[in-house]
Amino acid sequence: MKAGIVVFPGTNRERDMAIALAAATGSRPRLVWHHETDLAGLDLVVLPGGFSHGDYLRCGAMAARAPVMEAIRGFAAAGGHILGVCNGFQILTEAGLLPGALLRNAGLRFLSMDCHLRVERADTAFTRHYQSGQTFRAPMAHGDGNFYADDATLDLLEGEGRVAFRYASPEGEITQAANRNGSARAIAGIYSANLRILGLMPHPEDLVDPLLGGADGKPLFDGLAAALAA
Amino acid sequence: MSPVIDLVLARSFGLSDDEYARVLDILGRTPSLTELGVFSVMWSEHCSYKSSRVWLRQLPTTAPWVIRGPGENAGVVDIGEGLAAVFKMESHNHPSFIEPYQGAATGVGGILRDVFTMGARPIANLNALRFGSPDSKATRRLVDGVVRGIGGYGNCVGVPTVGGEVNFHASYDGNPLVNAMTVGIARADRIFLSAAAGVGNQVVYVGSKTGRDGIHGATMASAEFGADAAEKRPTVQVGDPFTEKLLIEACLELMETDAIIAIQDMGAAGLTSSSVEMAGKGGVGIALDLDAVPQRESGMSAYEMMLSESQERMLMVLRPDRQDAARAIFEKWELDFAVIGRLTDTGRIVVTHQGRVEADIPLAPLAEQAPLYTRPTVETPKQPVLNAARIENRAGLKDALLTLIACPDLCSRAWVWDQYDSTIGGQTVKRPGAADAAVVRIEGSSRALALTTDCTPRYCAADPEMGGMQAVAEAWRNLTAVGAKPLAITDNMNFGNPEKPEIMGQFAAAIRGMAEACRVLDFPVVSGNVSLYNETDGRAILPTPAIGGLGVIENAALARGIALPRWLDLVVIGETRGWLGQSLWLREVAGREEGAPPQVDLAAERRAGDFVRAQSEAGVVRACHDVSDGGLLVAIAEMALAGAMGVRLSAGPREIPSHAFWFGEDQGRYVLAVGEAAPLIRAAEAAGLNAIRLGTSGGRDLTLPDGATISLEALRTAHERFFPALMDGTG
Repeated sequence: MKAGIVVFPGTNRERDMAIALAAATGSRPRLVWHHETDLAGLDLVVLPGGFSHGDYLRCGAMAARAPVMEAIRGFAAAGGHILGVCNGFQILTEAGLLPGALLRNAGLRFLSMDCHLRVERADTAFTRHYQSGQTFRAPMAHGDGNFYADDATLDLLEGEGRVAFRYASPEGEITQAANRNGSARAIAGIYSANLRILGLMPHPEDLVDPLLGGADGKPLFDGLAAALAA
Repeated sequence: MSPVIDLVLARSFGLSDDEYARVLDILGRTPSLTELGVFSVMWSEHCSYKSSRVWLRQLPTTAPWVIRGPGENAGVVDIGEGLAAVFKMESHNHPSFIEPYQGAATGVGGILRDVFTMGARPIANLNALRFGSPDSKATRRLVDGVVRGIGGYGNCVGVPTVGGEVNFHASYDGNPLVNAMTVGIARADRIFLSAAAGVGNQVVYVGSKTGRDGIHGATMASAEFGADAAEKRPTVQVGDPFTEKLLIEACLELMETDAIIAIQDMGAAGLTSSSVEMAGKGGVGIALDLDAVPQRESGMSAYEMMLSESQERMLMVLRPDRQDAARAIFEKWELDFAVIGRLTDTGRIVVTHQGRVEADIPLAPLAEQAPLYTRPTVETPKQPVLNAARIENRAGLKDALLTLIACPDLCSRAWVWDQYDSTIGGQTVKRPGAADAAVVRIEGSSRALALTTDCTPRYCAADPEMGGMQAVAEAWRNLTAVGAKPLAITDNMNFGNPEKPEIMGQFAAAIRGMAEACRVLDFPVVSGNVSLYNETDGRAILPTPAIGGLGVIENAALARGIALPRWLDLVVIGETRGWLGQSLWLREVAGREEGAPPQVDLAAERRAGDFVRAQSEAGVVRACHDVSDGGLLVAIAEMALAGAMGVRLSAGPREIPSHAFWFGEDQGRYVLAVGEAAPLIRAAEAAGLNAIRLGTSGGRDLTLPDGATISLEALRTAHERFFPALMDGTG
């Protein structure tokens, strides 16, 4: 699998993502500058976390209009796999590649702590190394992670099996306490209709090494590497 | 319209009558407004260290592993594998009181620049915070703003905030302390310095545009506050972490090339101090053309541009043949890049603006004739040593522990940490609260850095020399507890008005104690910062020499945390006598703030630390926690909470009153969790150390030696109540 990580001005988790991807694929991913328009040869495009353009205007709003996004739209239309984490998820919603929006956290404070994610389906390229219904731990670090969509959209996402992860207790229960940012229906991540684009707020790439507190995020990258092996 | 330049104006700029006379003497004429501004900021306490320099010279600053000591933007130490750690701590106290969010945010931004200016990629931030009484409404506003500001800046630039400390005391009402520390990693043979060289070389300005913010910030930071503090808001800078992130990446990219001859960030006193320092250190002159300075506002005067403290700006001297390549890098990152001057052989700084010479000052006397004061000192009177047996103990162990574990200085800081991104970078081995020091691995290496900040201001107030010694010893101890070899410190000296002999006496004594500890522990000072005039309406803060410590662990997998595993023996290493003077038990449970603080025996400190580290390296130690605020029982409760693991404790020695044994704050001690106590105790005794088995881990309760039990849930509820209740009205 050849992965590319898109770097916008203000992107800051590209190194974390590169470490996680390199561990899974055995090769360094390509860093793609936001002015680039050629994604040829990539099996996976990753929009990593950060504060692209300082989060000014709206999180992800300016990045969603960068030159690279036209190429990413083409990549998506051709059935390419895209992973957007945190700011990357925000950019995907701003670009219209995923529905909904990420609002300020319900408590109006930045949240940085581990959360537990319940895997809603294990038959996608992103989750094939997890079990359906399993929970795994991931750090989150965001001020604007409160997923919002209107009820019709939420019903559609649920009806089409496009909810990827929900915030849950370690035992897998959906509780208010586990949904710290106040996301609609505790949604932490969603898929595109073809299940090839995933956006999520927490950072599985920061938990891929037992020395750093756990490797709960590793199956996501190992699974992708296996699914997209050339 | 230009004001009349006279003594009255000079005084309002913070210059004394003598200092103004010296300005007239150096120039041989009346200064221009810009020149007066340059002299006043360069000779301010903040920039010149005029009251503290004579004392700072006493601090040990060398060791075989020190690459650069004080005098550069940050200290540099060799950490092996051809790498260097670059680090420093700096205060942003005054701005944070006036405008907490921006004050704290720009404090983080400023210290980050000090580190990446030297060629290091920042890998960790810490901050030592002190606030006033929790009962004061202002405290809540300040905590909220400062924490948001630190998070807002650090999270956005993408440097993990991994540690620090938070204390409360009424002496900080109106004068909170915000001390920010940054640690970076560079190649040991690629350290960038600020001394300009090459007459004729161009001086390049990069980063943000210059605006009218922060004018005279350094002077503001060199005076006490009165009722007019809020009027000083325009002297506070406004930060933009997004630009800082771009500046970090652009500078580090440029540093991969050989283009840079000298580089200096624009911090306090902005363009003035950066240009004066670069030229001064290089022994050259400098000519600046202010028309070329990128400006955010129109109609700025030379005075305003020279004194602006707009953030996220750098000054560089580049090799002429590399200028175009450098410009391309900054254009890629969408940052300003402007040639604003050149190096000369005149030995003067000459500033022109709109065809007029606005300043023309000889650099040598500006530096060499800078004021230096040996201010009068008065020793802090010694306090009596309290006899623990004579201090009435009304509370039992259980109630006292529940009081202490919930008190503002010992309660959980999770509310604060949870707003700081501590995992970004993907190298954080021990997050905040998981260990006595934060542990951050070096990317691509098995090596890790251990980082801590420490100071116990109530000890410093009671005995500044012992307090200074204790602050250094505690930093050394915290690094040792995680298994690291302590290498060096950065110091952030926060004190009151140095013109008062009792304050200057505190300062001198604290330095004495610190110097002694640094010597005995081989723990030199490599960078630092002094913040004086921390007074409001004539009331000084507790003397607070905050210490930032750095150590290295060769094998990150051996880093030890405080979380207690199951079925282990708990052993305390180091002697417990039951010292209650200035303890938190005395303050929080008995309601008294008095007595001499615990004594630091540096030889015993070293012996205990070296023993514990060796045991850690041998793999004997499963968890380790130093004994500090609150004493033994609090240390054990913290280990229990971190591991979600109960403990059954045995009785302490009969000759020490129970409350003194469990809550005394004797120094030089560690609690170790090991598989079997007996061999460890034998080894400790062979090394000349006291060691006592305290109990065993297991279960869901903390069972005290008097038979009382506290469930972990009850302990946690008490521990976690304070911050949410104070800040969000919940909890």
